[in-house]
Amino acid sequence: MTAFLDNRLTRRGVLAAGTAGAALLAMPAVLRAQDKSLKIGVYGGYFKKSFDEHIFPEFTKATGIAVESIAEPTGEAWLVQLEQAAKANQAPADVSMMSQTSTLKGQATELWTPIDLARIKSGGDLLERFVNKYPDGRVAGVGAVAWYITLVTNTDVYKEAPTSWAALWDPANADKLGLLALASNSFLLEVTAKTYLGGTNALDTEEGLLKAFEKLAEVKPNVRLWYRDEAQFEQALKSGEIPMGQYYHDVTGLAAADGQPVRSTFPKEGGIQDSGNWVLSRASTKVEEAHVFIDYMSQPAIQGLMSRKVGTAPTLKKEVLDLSPEEFAAVSSDIDPIIPRYDLYTTKADWINQKWTELIVG
Amino acid sequence: MRREAPKAITDYAPLLFPALMLIVFFVVPFSTMIAVSFFKRQQGGFYTPDFVLDNYARFLSTFFGTVLGFSLMLAVLVAVCCVAIAFPFTYLLTKRSRKVQTLWLVGLLSVLSLSEVIIGFAWSTLFSRTAGITNLLVALGLMAEPQALLPSFGAVLTGMVYQALPYTILVLYPALVRLDPTLLEAARTLGASPVKAFFNVVTPALRNTIVATLIMVFVFALGSYLLPQILGRPRHWTLSVLITDQAIYQSNMPFAAAMAVFLVLISLALVGLTLLVGRREAAA
Repeated sequence: MTAFLDNRLTRRGVLAAGTAGAALLAMPAVLRAQDKSLKIGVYGGYFKKSFDEHIFPEFTKATGIAVESIAEPTGEAWLVQLEQAAKANQAPADVSMMSQTSTLKGQATELWTPIDLARIKSGGDLLERFVNKYPDGRVAGVGAVAWYITLVTNTDVYKEAPTSWAALWDPANADKLGLLALASNSFLLEVTAKTYLGGTNALDTEEGLLKAFEKLAEVKPNVRLWYRDEAQFEQALKSGEIPMGQYYHDVTGLAAADGQPVRSTFPKEGGIQDSGNWVLSRASTKVEEAHVFIDYMSQPAIQGLMSRKVGTAPTLKKEVLDLSPEEFAAVSSDIDPIIPRYDLYTTKADWINQKWTELIVG
Repeated sequence: MRREAPKAITDYAPLLFPALMLIVFFVVPFSTMIAVSFFKRQQGGFYTPDFVLDNYARFLSTFFGTVLGFSLMLAVLVAVCCVAIAFPFTYLLTKRSRKVQTLWLVGLLSVLSLSEVIIGFAWSTLFSRTAGITNLLVALGLMAEPQALLPSFGAVLTGMVYQALPYTILVLYPALVRLDPTLLEAARTLGASPVKAFFNVVTPALRNTIVATLIMVFVFALGSYLLPQILGRPRHWTLSVLITDQAIYQSNMPFAAAMAVFLVLISLALVGLTLLVGRREAAA
C-alpha cells in the first residue's frame, strides 16, 4: 500500500514538473512581447499570409513595434466579437481590417476610436473614398486594402474583350455568366445603376432601387451560376464552361500570367472597387501605436509594395506612387470606379436582401 | 432474462449519462435557437433580446412557402430514390459470401469519408460540358456534341442520392442480414419465384425497417445546403441555403433561427405523421 502511494506521489511529481517545464518553455513568448506592441486583425488566409511575409516584419524593423497578427473570420463574425469584447473593455485586436459595411455598423455603437488624420503624413494624399467618417466628420477608418471586381472573360470563347457591363444583358450571352450570389457582395445593383440609370445616386430612393431590380431581372436568363464560392467560378471560367462573369481583377491577372485563357476588363462604366479599412477598437489602449501603424501603412512606398506583393489597389493618389504603368494596371485603372453603396446594406439591408432573393430564386 | 423494475433512485443511474448528453447537445442548443427566433432584429447591427413575432411573420409568405415545399419534396424524393436503390442492392449483397460483403462495406464506408464539398465538385466536373461524361458519349458516337448536364434538378438529385446512399445501405444491412432465411425458403417451397418472394415476403417483413430508413434519409437530405448550390440553379436552393444566407451573410440570426425552428417543426410533424399512419395500418 505504501509502495503504491509512493508510486502515485512520484507520478504526480513528474506531472507537476512537466507542467512547470511547459510553463517555462512558454515564458520566452511572454518575455518577447516588448513594451511596444500591437495586435492587428487581418483577413485570414491569403491576406494574413502576405502581410506576415511582406509587411509586418518591415514595420517592426522600421518602428520597433512588435506585431501580433490575428486571423479574422470574414463576414461579420469579427465585428460581433469586437463589439462583445469592447463591452467588457477587452480588445481581441487593437487594429483590425474591417469591411466598409462592418465599419458603418460599428459606427452605430461608437466602436471605433476616431483616427487623427493630422498624424498620418500621407493623410492628404489618401483618395477621398478611403477615409471612412462618422456622420459628424470624425475619421472612423482609413483604407487598408482595396481590390477591383471586373468583367472577366475566357479568351478562347471571346476573342474580343467586352467593353461595357452591358455585355451582361446581351441576349447572345444566354446561360454563359457567373455572378456573385448576394446583393452585398456582387454590387450588381450599383453596376445596373451606373450602366443604365445614370449613376449610383439613382439608388437613393426606393423607386430607383425597384427600377434597378427590374433592369437586373433581365440578366437572369444569361446567368448559369450564382456563386458564393470563388473556386467554383474560377475553375469554370478557366475551362470555358462559364466563359463570362464578374470576378476579382488581381486574381484573374495572376491566372492569365500563369497562361490560363482568361482576361479581366475594366468596362467603360468602371470596375467595382471594394475595400477594407483599418479601424481601432475603442477598448484598445494602443492609440499611439495604432497611429504609427496606419501612418506607416499609408506611405506611398508601402502602398507600392502592397500592390506589387499582395496585389491590392493603392489607397493613395496615383501621382505620389512609385508604380510603373504596368504595375498600376495590374491592380487598378484610371477609369472612375463604381463605388458600392455600402450605406444601403446597413439601412435597407433586409428589404434589399428580400427583393434580391426573390429576384434570383423566384 | 428477467428484468426488475427500478426500486431505488440509484437504479436510474445508467440513464444519467445519456440524459446529460441529450441536454448538452440537443436541449440547450435547440432552446437557444427557439429563444433567438423571438429576438428583435436590429438592421445594421445584431439583435436584442425581446419577444417579437416579426421573424415568423416574415417567413409566412408564398415565397418562403414555395422554397419550403421544394425542400421537403426534394428530401422525400432523395429518400425514396435511396431506399429504392439501396434495398434490393443490400438484399443481394447479403446473399454473397462474407468476403464479398466485407469488401463492399469497406468500399461504402470509404465513400462516407468524402466531404460534401468533394462530392459536389466531383459531380460538377462529371456533369460539365468541357470534361464531363457527355464527352464519353460523344466519343462512343452516341451524341453529336458534349453538353452540360448542370445546373439542373437532375444533377442536384444525383449528387444528394450519391451522398445519402452509403448511409441507407449501412442502416438496412443489419436488418437484412438478420432476416430469417426460413421465410424465404418457405416462400420458394410454396412455388414463389425469387423476384416474387422478394416483393411479397422480404419487403413486407421489413416494412418497419424501410419506413425508419426513409425517415432517416429524409431528415439527412433536408439539411443539405451545399449540393443544391453547386449543382442546381437558384430555384433549386433549399431552405437550408436561405437559412445560411441569413445567418452568415446578413447576420440576421433571429430570422435564420425562426426559419430553422419552422423547418424542424415541419419535419418532426411529417415524421410523426408517417409513424402514426404506420401504426394504424399495423393495427388494422
